[in-house]
Amino acid sequence: MTRYIIGRLLVTVPVVFGVTLAVFSMLFLIPGDPVKMMLSEFVTNPEQVAKMRSQLHLDEPFVQQYGRFVWNAFRGDLGTSIRDRRPVAAEIAEMFPSTLQLALAAFALAATFGIALGVLAAVRQNSWWDAGSMVVALLGVSLPSFWVGLLLIFAFSLHLRWFPATGGGGISHLILPALALGLGGAAIIARLTRSSMLDVLRLEHVTTARAKGLAEGIVVLRHGLRNALIPIITLFGLQFGSLLAGTVIIETVFGRPGIGRLVVNAILNKDFPLVQGVVLFVAVAYVGINLAVDVIYAVVDPRIRYG
Amino acid sequence: MGELAAPLEVRGPRAGWQLWGPRVRRHKGMILGFCLLGVLVLIALLQDLIARESPIRIDVTVALQEPSWVHLMGTDQYGRDVYSRVIHGARISLTVGLISVGVAAIIGTVVGLMAGYYGASVEALCMRLVDVMLAFPGILLALGIVSVLGPNLRNLMLAVGIAGIPVYARLVRGSVLVAKEHLYVEAARAIGAPSRKILVRHILPNVIAPIVVTATLGMGGAILAAAALSFIGLGSQPPTPEWGRMLSEGRDYLRDAWWISAFPGLMIMLTVLGMNLLGDGLRDVFDPRLRI
Repeated sequence: MTRYIIGRLLVTVPVVFGVTLAVFSMLFLIPGDPVKMMLSEFVTNPEQVAKMRSQLHLDEPFVQQYGRFVWNAFRGDLGTSIRDRRPVAAEIAEMFPSTLQLALAAFALAATFGIALGVLAAVRQNSWWDAGSMVVALLGVSLPSFWVGLLLIFAFSLHLRWFPATGGGGISHLILPALALGLGGAAIIARLTRSSMLDVLRLEHVTTARAKGLAEGIVVLRHGLRNALIPIITLFGLQFGSLLAGTVIIETVFGRPGIGRLVVNAILNKDFPLVQGVVLFVAVAYVGINLAVDVIYAVVDPRIRYG
Repeated sequence: MGELAAPLEVRGPRAGWQLWGPRVRRHKGMILGFCLLGVLVLIALLQDLIARESPIRIDVTVALQEPSWVHLMGTDQYGRDVYSRVIHGARISLTVGLISVGVAAIIGTVVGLMAGYYGASVEALCMRLVDVMLAFPGILLALGIVSVLGPNLRNLMLAVGIAGIPVYARLVRGSVLVAKEHLYVEAARAIGAPSRKILVRHILPNVIAPIVVTATLGMGGAILAAAALSFIGLGSQPPTPEWGRMLSEGRDYLRDAWWISAFPGLMIMLTVLGMNLLGDGLRDVFDPRLRI
């Protein structure tokens, strides 16, 4: 197992370096002079431009700049925001708990509803329950999360007044954004759970469990779902990463503080160090989540680590 | 003398419509998806006939009017006809979907073909690049690219397209690895056919079906991603009648003028639903093993 984890870590290292190179290169891919672009809204003179260039170390050779970027990032220094003049890492640290809270809540909703819907559809295959669950799942994949968010605000905030429409804070601020964000994930999980459950429920150990007179609920949950969950774990990792990225949209819809809104505002304000910092942070987090999922997968299914 | 048995009717191998036709006819979801998209394509083609009012003409004297016979879907805060904007948005959304997926499928296919066929260092380089791209969740990669190129519709299509490349590169590479072991490829190589010809004439036709299925399913996702980025202000710019942008513009008037956001959202949903139904159907018809 240790060998598997070390091997998997070794594969991740070049990917993380590739990610740092891609994020670092963003500044060099901007058409024109990045410094002039960032300073475009301010009154600028050549001295200011030169000062900014020197502040961002853009007057150094590429390799030296990249080395500095990686070394600083490794130490947790992601540069300084141009607009707020605050360390990017501090801004991310301030905003991330709210985003993580939203992503976790959406994930919990997606996993709970997705698995329940998928199991129901598989157990009642070819019934109205099956058809209904899969129609809900298909609609869930097709609905834009930001539109769902607006519909939820319209119904539950503006008309019924059950939840606040915008802002962050307690659990009442979390429910509607989590629902809007989690719906798509629930639909994808439901579809995979159904197909995975159908495969497992046809296996001999399930027939044996039924033959020895176990209650259907136990057969489905203990012998069916437990085995059907194995491929779904991989999807969980991908889904959590997508939800983390999806907060970019939902935080804007609900005016909720978080790193999603932080990066959108940074892009609109042309605050490149902040954009780079947030993109690097989320990408590395995503790589970490997928690594964790692979390790969990190998723990749950020994065929992976010996395969 | 006994009756001679009727000669056996010899049939050639079933192919094309003979094979897929019954599967298509049985697949009601696919037919519904096809019809939905057919209507949308018609709307996009005939936009000037079915929505004669200009989608960008401002007339504040009729601002925020609710749906009526004069303005079927009401008017927005600038008095623009929402129906006209929704109809004109169809062409933009379909174009965004087509171009984004086109960019992703073409570049991804070329990368996948080269990686799978040439192997060794070409494969290592291509697939490490793909690994790095996959390290970014799709929308984040598109967001990063838009932030570099600048927010407008053209860059948005490019960004969503580039973000989709890894899916096709991996899919095609996998298919090529299987296809290149077949005897006909070995035979082509033995008679001295050049690599480019083998790739285009012998391998590509065998990997095209999964590309078409993935592209159809991916088109819905691309339209959603593009609308989402336009919604947060990183895509099409005013006064373009793009559905994501329209939703965003109607957000502040949700309480009193729900129609500004409701209809563009409904259109996005129907378009993506159509793409998903058609994509699911194509997958079931071409490769039922992939069904989930």
